[in-house]
Amino acid sequence: MNCQHVGTLKVLSKLNQDKSDAVIALAGNPNTGKSTVFNGLTGLKQHTGNWPGKTVVLAKGNYRYRNKIITLVDLPGTYSLLANSADEQVARDFICFGNPEATIVVVDATCLERNLNLVLQVIEITPRAILCVNLIDEAKRKGIVIDFPKLEALLGIPVVPTAARDKVGLAALKESLHQVVFEHKQLQPLSIRYQERIEVAVATIQREIEPFLRGKINSRWVALRLLDGDTTLITEILNYISGTGPDSWEQGSNELKAVKCYE
Amino acid sequence: MGYAEITLTALPIGQQARVVNVGMQGLTRNRLLDLGLVPSSLVKAVRKSPGGDPVAYKVRGAIIALRSEESRLITVWPLD
Ligand SMILES: Nc1nc2c(ncn2[C@@H]2O[C@H](COP(=O)(O)OP(=O)(O)OP(=O)(O)O)[C@@H](O)[C@H]2O)c(=O)[nH]1
Ligand SMILES: [Mg+2]
Repeated sequence: MNCQHVGTLKVLSKLNQDKSDAVIALAGNPNTGKSTVFNGLTGLKQHTGNWPGKTVVLAKGNYRYRNKIITLVDLPGTYSLLANSADEQVARDFICFGNPEATIVVVDATCLERNLNLVLQVIEITPRAILCVNLIDEAKRKGIVIDFPKLEALLGIPVVPTAARDKVGLAALKESLHQVVFEHKQLQPLSIRYQERIEVAVATIQREIEPFLRGKINSRWVALRLLDGDTTLITEILNYISGTGPDSWEQGSNELKAVKCYE
Repeated sequence: MGYAEITLTALPIGQQARVVNVGMQGLTRNRLLDLGLVPSSLVKAVRKSPGGDPVAYKVRGAIIALRSEESRLITVWPLD
């Protein structure tokens, strides 16, 4: 077992103790205004908790909207979820294994193109994502014009423009989130297709791992990461899926090793 | 046209180019791809730091700083 996972479980069990109707992750590149959105929604001045064993800080807070209590988790700012660093691993683990009811991705309207990489990575893991395009005041100042309906149509998830520092758009963000989580608004996120030979390999790996993942994690995404050779993910999945028993642990480990070899 | 491929290190300040290849492996490669530096991206050399290294480049609307040990592994096609 690695300490990271013990940390994940601790944070998650703490989350579950709170009376909350939904847990929502806040992801995004560094410095896009995640904490400003977090503070604007929760009315907090960021209550932070240390991630055990890592120098990473997670903030957690609640707000109430239409009689539902929403718990927001402010994730570390990252450019990627491919676990190139401890921060990226924490963000990925939370989105993947923390079972948030939805993930808000906060992006910088002044350099949208670069920010979209993370958005695509998130919707590859979970269909329940909302895009918060923040800093629209800055974008306007720089003469940047964004076609929001088109962006929404292209990505297939709700897109909400905000200027979080001035609390602009936060009401719309709450409403959009409410619709996704409690009114089960159907989303059809853009699905990224890779080259044919990759798709063939993905399909084959997916067939092998699906019985093992038991619908708990998106098998297409896991298959893609196995093709990447991401070993940190294999460890996390084993921790998550195989529970605590050393027997299932061993077995799970062998199954995934078999998948690795196949690859 | 009339230009050949060069390394990103050789791209003069102020000039734009198209990325041809990101010729490294592992974490550094992932990191650069995640910052939007992928084949066919536009990249512009913006300015040098006082010592000449690293150099600031504009990629996909954002500025990133690269050391020469990274930029010399990236090949680009300079544009006019
Ligand atoms: N102009 C403007 N500034 C904003 C807006 N939202 C946030 N900021 C400012 O942007 C800076 C970064 O905001 P944070 O909320 O700390 O960003 P973050 O995403 O939490 O940053 P990391 O946690 O470091 O990744 C702060 O100075 C904010 O005041 C906005 O909508 N407009
Ligand atoms: Mg923050």
